[in-house]
Amino acid sequence: MLQVQNAGCERDGRLLFENLSCSLAPGELLQIVGGNGSGKSTLLRVLLGLYTDCQGDINWSVDEAPLYLGHRLGIKQSLTVLENLRWFGVLREVLVDEVRIHEAVYKLGLAGFEDSLCAHLSEGQRKRVALGQFLIMDNPCWVMDEPFSAVDVEGLSFLMAILQDHLDVNGGIIISTHQPITIDRPVNTLALQ
Amino acid sequence: MNLFTASVHRDLLVHFRHPSEMLNPLVFFVVVISLFPLGIGPEPGQLKEIAPGIVWVAALLATLMSMDSMFRSDFEDGSLEQIVLSEQSTFLFVLAKVVSHWLLSGLPLVLLMPLAALLLFLDEAGVWALTLSLLLVSPTLSLLGGIGAALTVGLPRGGLLVTILVMPLYVPVLVLATAMVQAAEAGNDTIGYVYWLLAILFGSMCLAPIATAAAVNVATDQ
Repeated sequence: MLQVQNAGCERDGRLLFENLSCSLAPGELLQIVGGNGSGKSTLLRVLLGLYTDCQGDINWSVDEAPLYLGHRLGIKQSLTVLENLRWFGVLREVLVDEVRIHEAVYKLGLAGFEDSLCAHLSEGQRKRVALGQFLIMDNPCWVMDEPFSAVDVEGLSFLMAILQDHLDVNGGIIISTHQPITIDRPVNTLALQ
Repeated sequence: MNLFTASVHRDLLVHFRHPSEMLNPLVFFVVVISLFPLGIGPEPGQLKEIAPGIVWVAALLATLMSMDSMFRSDFEDGSLEQIVLSEQSTFLFVLAKVVSHWLLSGLPLVLLMPLAALLLFLDEAGVWALTLSLLLVSPTLSLLGGIGAALTVGLPRGGLLVTILVMPLYVPVLVLATAMVQAAEAGNDTIGYVYWLLAILFGSMCLAPIATAAAVNVATDQ
C-alpha cells in the first residue's frame, strides 16, 4: 500500500527524522511512537502529502485516498452529528446510505445525539464523530493521529475492535499513539527519537 | 449531492444557525451610510453628488469585513485539510465557498442598496444604476476576496492583511461602478459600463478560483 524510502524532515531548524524507510502492506498495522514533539504528527502529514517540505520517496499504491483523523477533527461545530457524517461521505464522493450512517452512530455510542450540534458534545464524543468516517466508508487505508486521546475505556475497546476488523478485511492502518495496541495481529512499530 | 451543492448547503446551514457573522457586515453597511447625512448635513444636493462613492466604499468595507471568515472556520476545524486529502477538485470547493459567500454577504447588500440610496436622496435612475452595478460587481468582490482570504487563513491574525492584499484588486471595479452610477444620474447610456463589469466578472470567475485553490493548498501545507 505504501512504500517510504529515505524520508527526512526538518522543521524550524530541528531535524525530526532522516533516512526513514518503512512500508505498509494490506492487513498490516504500523504504529508510530515517540515523545512529544518527536514528529509523529508531522510524519503522518508528510506521508499523506499534506506537508511537503521534506525529502524522500513516498509512494502510495491504493485506489482510494487514505482516510485521515488528525488533531483537527474535520468536524463542524454548528452541524449535527448526522450532517457531519454525511459531509465525510460527500468529501470522498461516496454515496453513504442512511442505514449505514445510523448504524455507525449507534456503534459509536452516539445514539440519541444524532441531531445534536457538535458544539454541544464533549471532546470525546466529537472524537467519536470523527471516527465515524472510518465506519461509513470502505477506503483500504486509514491514517490516525492519536485516535485514543479523549476516548474513554469503553471507546478504547470499541476502537481496538474496529482496528481488528479493518485488518481482517486486508486494510492497512497507520496510527500514532502511546497506547499499547491490543489486537490479535502483529504490530509494526516505528520509533521516532 | 456533489461537493459543490453540498458545500453551499453546508455553509448556508452553518450561517443560518449563527446569523451574527452574516448580519454584522450588513448592519455596519447601513450604519456607515446613515452616518454621512449626520456628518455632512441633510442637504439633498450635496449628498446626492457624493452618494455613489459613499455607498460603494461602504459596500466594499462591509464585504471585506466578512472576507476573513470565508475559509477560517474550515481551516481551524480541519475541514480544509480533509478537502485537500479527498482528491476532489479544490477548484470546485473554492467556487462553492465563493458562491455561498456571495449569497450571504453580496446578495443581501444588493437588496439593501435601494434603502441606502434613499437615505442619500438618490433619484430613481441613480438607485437602479447603483443596485445593478452592485449586482454585477458583488460576485467579483467575493471571487477576488477569496484569494486574499485563502492566502491569509494560516496566519493567526489575517483580518487586516486581507484588506491590504485585496483592496488594490478592487480599485478597477470601484472606478467603473461609480462612473456607471454617475453616468446614469446624468442621463447617459450605461451599457458600456455593464459590459465592462460583466467582462471583469467572467474573467475573475475563470481565474480567481485557480489562485484561491492554490492558496488553500499552501495554507494546509504545514
